Amino acid sequence: MTTATANHDDHGHHGPAKGIMRWVLTTNHKDIGTMYLWFSFAMLLTGGVMALIVRAELFQPGMQLIRPEFYNQMTTMHGLIMVFGAIMPAFVGLANWMVPLMIGAPDMALPRMNNWSFWILPFAFGMLLFTLFTEAGAPNFGWTFYAPLSTTYAPSSVTYFIFGVHMMGISSIMGAINIIVTILNLRAPGMTLMKMPLFVWTWFITAYLLVAVMPVLAGVVTMMLMDIHYGTAFFDAAGGGDPVLFQHVFWFFGHPEVYIMILPAFGIVSQIIPTFARKPLFGYASMVYATSSIAFLSFIVWAHHMFTVGLPLQTELFFMYATMLIAIPTGVKVFNWVSTMFRGSMTFETPMLFALAFVVLFTIGGFSGLMLAIAPADFQYHDTYFVVAHFHYVLVPGALFGIIAGVYYWLPKWTGHYYNENLGKFHFWMSFIGVNITFFPMHFIGLAGMPRRIPDYALQFADFNAIATVGAFIFGFSQLIFLFLLIKTIRGGEKATDQVWEGAEGLEWTIPSPAPYHTFAEPPHVK
Amino acid sequence: MYFRTWQRLSSVVLGLVLAPAAMADWGLNMPQGITEVSQSIFELHMLIFWICVWIGVVVFGVMFYSIFKHRKSKGAVASKFHESLGLEILWTAVPTVILIAMAVPATSVLIEMYDTKNSDVDIKITGHQWKWQYDYLGEDVGFFSNLTTTEDEIYNRTDKGENYLEEVDYNVVVPTGQKVRFLITSNDVIHSWWVPEIAVKKDAIPGYINESWTIIPEGQEGIYRGKCTELCGVNHGFMPIVLEAVTSDEYQVWLEEQRAGKIAEAQAALGEFSYDELMVKGADVYARSCAACHGNEGQGLGSVFPALAGSSMALNDMAGHIDIVLNGKPGSAMQSFSAQLSDVDIAAVITFERNAWGNDTGETVTPKMIIDAKK
Amino acid sequence: MNSNSTQPDNQSGHKPNNTALKLVIAAVAMFGFGFALVPLYDIFCEITGINGKTAGPVERVEQWVDTSRTITVQFITTNNAGMPWEFEALQEEVEMHPGAWTQVKFWALNPTENDMVGQAVPSVSPSEAAEHVQKTECFCFDQQTLKAGEGREMPLIFSLSPDIPSHVKKVTMSYTLFDAGAFAK
Repeated sequence: MTTATANHDDHGHHGPAKGIMRWVLTTNHKDIGTMYLWFSFAMLLTGGVMALIVRAELFQPGMQLIRPEFYNQMTTMHGLIMVFGAIMPAFVGLANWMVPLMIGAPDMALPRMNNWSFWILPFAFGMLLFTLFTEAGAPNFGWTFYAPLSTTYAPSSVTYFIFGVHMMGISSIMGAINIIVTILNLRAPGMTLMKMPLFVWTWFITAYLLVAVMPVLAGVVTMMLMDIHYGTAFFDAAGGGDPVLFQHVFWFFGHPEVYIMILPAFGIVSQIIPTFARKPLFGYASMVYATSSIAFLSFIVWAHHMFTVGLPLQTELFFMYATMLIAIPTGVKVFNWVSTMFRGSMTFETPMLFALAFVVLFTIGGFSGLMLAIAPADFQYHDTYFVVAHFHYVLVPGALFGIIAGVYYWLPKWTGHYYNENLGKFHFWMSFIGVNITFFPMHFIGLAGMPRRIPDYALQFADFNAIATVGAFIFGFSQLIFLFLLIKTIRGGEKATDQVWEGAEGLEWTIPSPAPYHTFAEPPHVK
Repeated sequence: MYFRTWQRLSSVVLGLVLAPAAMADWGLNMPQGITEVSQSIFELHMLIFWICVWIGVVVFGVMFYSIFKHRKSKGAVASKFHESLGLEILWTAVPTVILIAMAVPATSVLIEMYDTKNSDVDIKITGHQWKWQYDYLGEDVGFFSNLTTTEDEIYNRTDKGENYLEEVDYNVVVPTGQKVRFLITSNDVIHSWWVPEIAVKKDAIPGYINESWTIIPEGQEGIYRGKCTELCGVNHGFMPIVLEAVTSDEYQVWLEEQRAGKIAEAQAALGEFSYDELMVKGADVYARSCAACHGNEGQGLGSVFPALAGSSMALNDMAGHIDIVLNGKPGSAMQSFSAQLSDVDIAAVITFERNAWGNDTGETVTPKMIIDAKK
Repeated sequence: MNSNSTQPDNQSGHKPNNTALKLVIAAVAMFGFGFALVPLYDIFCEITGINGKTAGPVERVEQWVDTSRTITVQFITTNNAGMPWEFEALQEEVEMHPGAWTQVKFWALNPTENDMVGQAVPSVSPSEAAEHVQKTECFCFDQQTLKAGEGREMPLIFSLSPDIPSHVKKVTMSYTLFDAGAFAK
């Protein structure tokens, strides 16, 4: 499908700069991708430590380790860091590395803005994390920061929280603009939209979602800022405002946000399964349409997060029906992945293991999502651990496994070395076992009546909480295997070929491994 | 050989089918609950659950079959097919039909849940940080309901009681066989009132009134425990609900007792109380209503909740002390307790605070002083 | 949109800058949309009454009184945190025919030593009744200033429009009183 005109970097003086300034000033998509990925891994471990503190406290009923006020800071920061610091930047990192390579472009369309997009993040998160060490403490109102808990009743760190959200929102918006412009303008000749790899498609659609909803998040935190400091009453009934308005505006952002966090993973899995099944992706066009439908539908379902708020009957019915509809394109994607595998010739290297686990476990998360969509039943699920189980299934063995699968898949291209396959498989199995021991019992305790965001619980919830905590520690520490493997692979290992994987197809596999600093200075021709 | 497998398979399936109610007892499933609505919801939940299970079995079945059979190591050769309009239409249409089948019962249950008309009893429920307040409209009965699990139990200094974190000083009592309507609001931040066994959950929003309802059938008298289900601050996990369903007759008697109790309280406030009586009562009130923020030993919590032990207000400013307990401190988490505690209780707790933990002012605050301060 | 370029990059018909500019404008527009949701939400709620808030004031009109049915209207009051005023409805409930006009009095007293400004926020249950509540006079329309120690009666004059659905037999009108000092006009 492609003819390669691989470019080797034979101008020595155009190689990367030396020392720390290389990283501060780089406009190279590979360098920036690398920085995003390391940043997101650091955030994953930071948010992970917070999760382990939470789980350690929940190991037994009673307060053993921390006080409730600190507990609320841990749950809030865990959510904020994982959503905005780990998952989203990791996907941006993968996009930075792979989108130009996949479309045969020399770099992103706006390389200097790309640098800026990255460097905002350490500052934003540094500020957010710094609040943990202030007297007032970090934000403690949940990552969903409902008013008036997050306005009238918030600690003083809420202002830093708002600035941090603004900063990382700007980073996301700039990154998304960059991706759209790159994809629209820098595709190699012959690469029509319907020839683009699915990872590029899913990121293309995700980028539009980001441009549409990140500004709404910026709006809602600005309204909060104004309520807190400038005497307005957007969310304060005393001045004529409405706390429920907060929820509407927040979730108008919040629901597309969760699709922002999963669509790129769909793309990654759609690259990996065909490679290791040695068979083309089943239903390419259908996959594109399904992803687009999911993106459109994501704008009209937001109030399914608000079923117990006192919405009128017709409103609840509308949002229930619209939410149930999303199951259809999502199901179509799962069927297409299975059909890709069917009558393939599969091998089970680590990327494929993570991708297959994604398909199964994300689908389980999808099932609990469908149950949650049923509004009358949701009155018993809402704000319990059943919801926690649902979103952790779609985000951890969903989005995170997708990211990890992508890293294993592309690591030999980035570093020039195959990673150690046994170590990779070990990491996979420990993660798979750990993630299920942690989150499956949460379905049970949620159904049995345990609410979210509580530091202590009634005695009947003790056993499953203990099991979940054990699973969490297994899963958490397993990520150190990954860290070890990454460093080991960067430093050395069996030399990787250009194609790396037997069934791999696409422009990114036509260049050497490791990928040269500059690639596709001349665009390749795509048939 | 195959018969054995079928035997095992059917007993598993049968067990799964019959088990849901049992599973609730093992803490695996939602309770069926005691009302028609809760049972409708439970049935809906199980219906969707089983549909998901069967879809999963089919899809994962194909997938695992493929993983087993279509491997390179087994010599499988990859086919080339990669699209089929027919299949895409089929697996779009079939899920659509299944979803419509789910939406129909879901719609009728939701309509049922929204029908609040013709109630016999109306109870206004107000969420506070961090307790519930109940007012029986038209009955002149109202009270606050606080968690009674002690700090010692929470901080592992004593054993935990059977109803750890699920026990309160005053239950919300409702009659069986009558339609009870709940009018839910909040005093401060958003809370949410939930009792799983009657499947009632509604957010408590400051400035707005939400409504819900239940009919507990006769014969289902008993105690049902619920929780706050919306993050509302530091003690979100410590403001449970205890719903006590009694017969209509018992309910009327209880209402009378409540009304008599209020009169008795007002009369008692005019009586004489010794220092020792006030200190004992004050310690009890303090543990229930103040210790969660101000600490077991009056030590407070950093700059968030001021210490009372050794504080200048507790040692010197009696008028200010009475005022802040009666009226709260606007702009802070210190609420007004004049509606929540009787005059006797307020007098007792202030007396206690001025003498405990080494404060030792020797002062006694009487209920009459509180009545005067309110004028 | 440009989807196929046979020329080397950056020389196609669309310069990246144009797309980038359009997207920046889109982002700014969505920020504005977020703020536009605020009045949109208010208008939507006012027209449909679906958040339980009542509109008003209206002109008092003589309308048809439906004597074939009565509706029980309950009045409840709540003080928001930090609002120490006495505040209660002087009648717990009234029986009304749809279309008839009624006056109900509320009592508010400021027991503190400071002048204060209060704002009462109405909420009606069931929410479908809210759009049928017509008020010509309500203390909830304006902020109420009470001097230290001052108390007064506050009237509410309202009717339930005759087209209120027949299945509505009980309406609860709730007022939450807030300290509006921060928003004093």
